[in-house]
Formats: sequence, structure tokens, C-alpha cells
Amino acid sequence: MAARTGSNNAAFVANWAARMAWLVFAGYFLYAASHLELTPARFLSGLDHAGKFLARLFPPDFHRWELLAKGMLESLQIAVLASTLGVLIAAPLALFAARNLMPAWATWPARAAMVLCRSFHPVIVAILFVKAVGFGALAGILALTVASVGFLGKLMTEAIEEISLKQVEAVRATGAPFISLVTYAVVPQVFSRFVGFVSYETDANLRNSTMVGIVGAGGIGGTLFAAFQRFDYDFVCAIVLTIIALIVMGEVLTMRIKKAFRV
Amino acid sequence: MTSARLWQRFTPAERMARFTVYFAVVAAIAASLQTVQVIPEFISDAPEQMADMLRRMWPVAWGFYPEGVHEPLLDSLHIATLGTVFAVLMAVPVAFLAAKNVTPFAWVNYTAKVILVSARSVNTLIWALFFVAVFGPGALAGTLAIAFHSIGFTGKLLGEALEESNRGSIEALQAAGAPWLAVALKGYWPQVRPAFWGIVLFRWDINVRESAVLGFVGAGGVGMALDTALNLFQWERAAMILIAIFAVVLAAEVATTQLRKRIL
Repeated sequence: MAARTGSNNAAFVANWAARMAWLVFAGYFLYAASHLELTPARFLSGLDHAGKFLARLFPPDFHRWELLAKGMLESLQIAVLASTLGVLIAAPLALFAARNLMPAWATWPARAAMVLCRSFHPVIVAILFVKAVGFGALAGILALTVASVGFLGKLMTEAIEEISLKQVEAVRATGAPFISLVTYAVVPQVFSRFVGFVSYETDANLRNSTMVGIVGAGGIGGTLFAAFQRFDYDFVCAIVLTIIALIVMGEVLTMRIKKAFRV
Repeated sequence: MTSARLWQRFTPAERMARFTVYFAVVAAIAASLQTVQVIPEFISDAPEQMADMLRRMWPVAWGFYPEGVHEPLLDSLHIATLGTVFAVLMAVPVAFLAAKNVTPFAWVNYTAKVILVSARSVNTLIWALFFVAVFGPGALAGTLAIAFHSIGFTGKLLGEALEESNRGSIEALQAAGAPWLAVALKGYWPQVRPAFWGIVLFRWDINVRESAVLGFVGAGGVGMALDTALNLFQWERAAMILIAIFAVVLAAEVATTQLRKRIL
């Protein structure tokens, strides 16, 4: 067995640096948990509550389905309009931000605008818009539009930067103006990928449109928050089940769309 | 009868499907535009209100940072990190159950996928509302909210990574009579490790953003300070908090990009 004593022959070499990193992380974990007062005792006392809470959630109460349907419909409208506005703004912005088509003086401002749009959570943006345009669906639409511009813009820019330049040069060689260059050389190469991005973003907007209502920006979130504050837990359960059903339906639908467009 | 057949890129069924999608999209946009309740006066008033808000935010209350922002901001970061850790701990078993090649029972795969989809469909803030009702306001509710929402995302991507792993080394281990833990640690883990770290870093980055808003429903972190500042119309302080959040989010993005280069 002499051959097996050499460390070079070990099948799985010990990585001491990684082990130290794990140790440091475990130390941080314990420190952070104690700092936030995440103790097992508190967790266990909460579990007692959880039982009572779950008992009050069921059975779900669909009695006020009109209120529920109105809120869900508004969430859907917010998601559809925010995605539309998001595409209308993000697509041209992405064209300006693509380094292979535009000079640096155009790409930097466009990229900075996208980073700014992406850096704040939709809820924070929604609060600012509630202040600017008042309570209601408009604030939600604008907040989710900002989020969509940031996210779609980034993905679309990357897609445009990956296109083959041969077709661009071919169209340019015919003396075509810039608009024709975009419609005949760029759009055909990125269109199906854009469909994929937009359906993904619409999904994301649908999820977020159920949430912006918590800060007063329209949609089912407001109804949900109010039900929570009135301890109306069986109605809360009905709302959450409806949200899950709607989002699953949305996911199935986007999968079908992606299939139709061969994404 | 034409002599040569005309080349067409799509089959008639595909063209029909595309047309249906276009039609449905336009119909949805038109219906939403007509029925959404928007008050026109609010739109015309918006620029003025926006300018008013920015004016109130100036000058930024820089002095507020050490007394009222630093602590909750660190709390938010702790919530994001611990939430990601708990999410990974819960997502790994579910991902193993959801992967078809690891668990060869269709009904187990299906149940695991239902768990992942439901966890993802309920927003972090809605999870936070639940946990605040159960555990009371505070960081515990926020951490669990982040953890439970992240299960869906982490578990789905990890399950897909497991399904893409190569059979070769796993069959070799099984043929040698290795127990399931050895197969998981030495067969699957080395194959999914790059994907795993990529997913964890990506999710942590998202969670840093999400942890900043948990405070609006009382689930701890810097959102509580922001909520208080906004409710008291202390816009200079709100501006300070927003700038601090912006800085942390940017730092997190830079950190994850660097770490990804290092690890992957």
C-alpha cells in the first residue's frame, strides 16, 4: 500500500483555501444570525403561531370575488401596459447602446440610463411615482416600465452586440440609409430572441404587478394588503391562490408563444 | 398553377400561430388601454410634482447616515445573505427531487415542481406579509421571506443543471457500489458546481435589492427607515437612504461580477 501514501495519488485532494473560506463564512453566518436575533427559540415560538395562522387561512373565502376579479384585472392591465411601454422605450435605447453599431458618445448615456433603471427595486420606484402621479394604476405602470427598460435594455443590447456583421456590411454596401440597415440587417437577426426576452419580462411584470399595490400603485396588492391588515386571512388565501393560478397560466402561455416563434 | 414552388420560411400552421399571437397581443394592449383607470389630471400634474419632490430632496441629509442608515443597511445585507443561505439549504433537496434523472418517479418530480412554482409565484413582499403575521415584525420574517421566495428560482435552475449532468461518472460510481451520498457528492456535485455558484451569486445579487424593500411591510432592514422618512415627509433623509441603497446595489453587482470571474 506504499503507493497510496503519496498525496499525489489521492483521488480527492483537500483544498485548504476553500476549507478556510467555508470556516470564515460559517463564522459570519453565526455572527449575522445572532445580530439579527434569529434564534431557534424565537423560531419555535413562531411555529406555534403558524399553526393557528394556517388554520385561519383555510378554507379560502371566494365570497368577494368581484373585488378579487377587479384587482386581478388591474394587475393584468398594469403588466400588459408596462411591458408594452418598456419594449417601446428599451428597443431604441438598446440600438443606441450597442457598441458594434454606435459610437461611444451614444452608447455611454444609453448604458447609464439602463443601469439607473435597473438599480432600484420596482417598489421603491413605485413609491416615487405614487408621489408624482398619485395613487392608482398609473404609478404602477410607470414603475414597472422603468424596471422593464432596465432589464429588457440590457438583454437587447447584448443580443444586438452578438449579431453577425456580414449582413450589416452587405446592406450598408448597397448604400442603404440607417433605418433600412436596422430593419433589414439587425431586426431579422434578433427578432426571435427579442420575443423571448419580452415574454420573460411580461412574466416578471405580472409577478411584480401583484406587489406594487402594497405601496398604493394599483392592482391586487392593495386589496391583499388591506385584507392582511383586517386579519381577513381566508380572503388573503383566496387572493394568493388566484395569483399563483394566474402566474402559472402566464408561464404556460409564454411557453406556447416561445414555441410559435422558435425561440 | 405556378411552375416553381414559392419558398416560404414558415409552414401555414406556424404562420397561423404567429398571427394569433400578434392578434392577441394587440387585443390585450387595446383592451388594457381602454379600461385602465387613469386620471388625466394626475398626468398633467406629474412633472410639477416630480420637480417638487426633487426640490424637497435637496440638500441631502448626509449627516443622517451614521445615526439612522448605517445599522439598518447592514441589517438588510445580513438578511439578503442569510436568506440566500437558507434558500439554498431548502432548494437543494427539492432540486434533487425535481430532476428526472436523479429521482425516477414522475409524481415526485411533479410535486417538487409544484413546490418550486408556488414558491416563485408568491412575491417576496407577500411572503414577508405572511411571515410578519406569524413571527411578528423584524428581521426573522424578512430572512424567511427572502429564503422562501428564492427556493423557486434556485431550485428550478439547480434542477435543470442536474438534469444536464453527464451520466458517465455517475454510472461509474454506481457500478462501484457507491452509496447515494457518495454519488451526490462525487458524481453530481463536481458537475453542477460552476452552475451552482453562478446561481447562488445571481440570486444573492437579486436578494440584496429585495432586502431593501422588505421594511415596507415591517420585515426589517433599511426599508423601515425609508418608510419612516417617507411617512414623515423627511425627503432629505429619504434621498440619503436612496443614495445609500444605490451604492450598496452597485457594490453588490461589482462584487458578484468579480467573484463570478474568480470562481467560474
